[in-house]
Amino acid sequence: MKTTIYTLSCLFFMLLGNLSLHGQDMVQIKKGSYIPLYGSADKKPVQVAAFQLDIYPVTNQDFLDFLKKNPAYRKSTIKRIFADKSYLGYWKGDLDFGAANPKAPVTQVSWFAAKKYCESKGKRLPSMDEWEYAAMADAKQLDARKKESYNQYILRWYETSKTFNNPVGSTFKNVWGVYDMHGLVWEWTADFNSIFLSGESRKDKGEDSNLFCGGASVNASDLMNYAAFMRYAFRGSMKANYSSRNLGFRCAR
Amino acid sequence: MKNNMKLYSMLCVLALAAWGCKQNTASEKPIDSSKIEVKGEAQAELTSPPHVPKPIGNRAATKLKVDLEILECEGEIVDGVKYTYWTFGGSVPGQFIRTRVGDEVEFLLKNHPDNKLPHNIDLHAVTGPGGGAESSLVAPGHEVTFSFKCLNPGLYVYHCATAPVGMHIANGMYGLILVEPEGGLAPVDREYYVMQGDFYTEGGYGDKGLQAFDMNKAIKEEADYVVFNGHVNALVNDNALQAKVGETIRLFVGNGGPNLVSSFHVIGEIFDRVHVEGGDLINKNIQTTLIPAGGAAIVEFKVDVPGTLVLVDHSIFRAFNKGALGMMKIEGEENPKIYSGKQMDGIYLPEGGTIQKMPSSKKVESTVAKTPEQSIADGKAIFSRTCLACHQSEGQGVKGVFPPLAKSDYLNNSKDKAIDAVLNGVKGEITVNGQKYNSVMPSQTLSDQEVADVLNYVYNNWGNNKTVLSPADIKNHRGK
Repeated sequence: MKTTIYTLSCLFFMLLGNLSLHGQDMVQIKKGSYIPLYGSADKKPVQVAAFQLDIYPVTNQDFLDFLKKNPAYRKSTIKRIFADKSYLGYWKGDLDFGAANPKAPVTQVSWFAAKKYCESKGKRLPSMDEWEYAAMADAKQLDARKKESYNQYILRWYETSKTFNNPVGSTFKNVWGVYDMHGLVWEWTADFNSIFLSGESRKDKGEDSNLFCGGASVNASDLMNYAAFMRYAFRGSMKANYSSRNLGFRCAR
Repeated sequence: MKNNMKLYSMLCVLALAAWGCKQNTASEKPIDSSKIEVKGEAQAELTSPPHVPKPIGNRAATKLKVDLEILECEGEIVDGVKYTYWTFGGSVPGQFIRTRVGDEVEFLLKNHPDNKLPHNIDLHAVTGPGGGAESSLVAPGHEVTFSFKCLNPGLYVYHCATAPVGMHIANGMYGLILVEPEGGLAPVDREYYVMQGDFYTEGGYGDKGLQAFDMNKAIKEEADYVVFNGHVNALVNDNALQAKVGETIRLFVGNGGPNLVSSFHVIGEIFDRVHVEGGDLINKNIQTTLIPAGGAAIVEFKVDVPGTLVLVDHSIFRAFNKGALGMMKIEGEENPKIYSGKQMDGIYLPEGGTIQKMPSSKKVESTVAKTPEQSIADGKAIFSRTCLACHQSEGQGVKGVFPPLAKSDYLNNSKDKAIDAVLNGVKGEITVNGQKYNSVMPSQTLSDQEVADVLNYVYNNWGNNKTVLSPADIKNHRGK
């Protein structure tokens, strides 16, 4: 009897899982405005139009399906200008993600490959503003950036290793219904390199920073939001053909 | 008036000129180290603390390749307390780099692919923007190269300077780079690498489990841990530095911070020579040298007698309550001419290295018979005053240094030993809960009632066997 219930509930959850993963895989993010940490002149709010965002980051299994149809993006065939040597470094072969969890986010993917993936689904990569706008929500409110618990959650993740092995959906669901914006992997955005941090973060606070577009942290609208500094610094260190074990992506429309 | 002014300025000019001349004749003709030519190339030997690479000796300036890998990894800050360190080369402090003046360093900085964050390096030995930080931002899974010429001899700190800088340093991203002068530093028998750092954790000192970095405490500069070489136990007991009587010792001591300035002191030694702030200035016969955050000092001394030297930050609560304590064990023959005896291989206590009595004053014996509950309650205050600094608030002690009073087999197996420890102190090796301790506890000048109270407090807390002692028990013991 117990076994039957167990099997039934298993089936139920599998169905549920399938529904959310393949049935409705995007949610609507309503239009609005927010003040980003960087990139807004005079700290004025930036308008974000309504858009749709993937509920989960793209998984190893999703990416394998993509590669089956797009041989030019396999690790042995991709052009070096589109991806450096570390592209899909943990994959055992062109169509084999090895010991990685099929439900874990695909990582070590270059910006070019991520962009192509989204285009193949009739989607695109979210802009940095779209991503940041959707990511400032926690489970309870749309803009949680000033909440201690929100920032602590992000900071804990910085200090937890190998979260890229966890399956998608293993972090919190935010108010929009989106999972894993924080706590799983970094994510590519369409215009990831539009904010330029020189890498010399102390200098980024100086007047010299006006030489660079974005103007860096002198524009930081909330200095205590130090959790977000890391995200901008990380993006600033990337190039479009780079890939990283802690960097995945999701698509928007 | 106008004339007076003129005269005055003329005098000034004359005085300046005279002073300038004197300076010129007194100082040697400076060597332009940027013009030192390099011969050949070599791969730099890098070492983890407390070890340092081989001295440069007489070698010519060369093209020196340094290959340093950044690793974000979990480690233990003290037994049972985990912390995610960000490191240069897998250790805190990072790998020691040894160069000489005139060397052209080709620096390869690698960021391990599994790391989450971009990092960079600012070497205080570099003359150039950001000390290299501007050229060295490196994404996870990538490497960058930059070059610099070592112009100024000295001992320098290097650290990560990626936003937020304080957090990267607080997580352990610092180390030392030595630039030796032409011909090298004078030879010594032993050299070691010691670097202090302060840590800020969400839980307090000793709270178990994986502890996250606490930005608020870091901003307030309220450190939970102040340690040498990244861990409370990095330089104690089995990890102690070693030396033999008669040897000359050189310590390369750095302070990574992020916040605290170190009052570096070695209990039982006087520094024969200190390269103040790691530079050219030599100061002699120094007891305690100040090491700023982001600074260093080279400390040299000869060890004359056997025993255990104790390295501390003499801002002393950091040493006994936050972990800034290390040991150097000296083996060899006693030398009674230098030190008369009563030699201890043990821990320094603020009262001195030997068993001493606390200052005594006439005690008025309480004649009122206390209930056990009263006695236990009164014992708490005595404990806080006399025992807590070493044995800690929950009687947990400090492993390997101060024995625990909580669930202590030493106390529970023998109330006589317990009373004796308080009345007469303890010296020499004892075993508590399977761990060996070789320290010194001073005898306490307490009344019979106070001894009974404090022991009752200890026995009736923290999983001990609830023994209740009376003042009469203590009096009997004194008579033995």
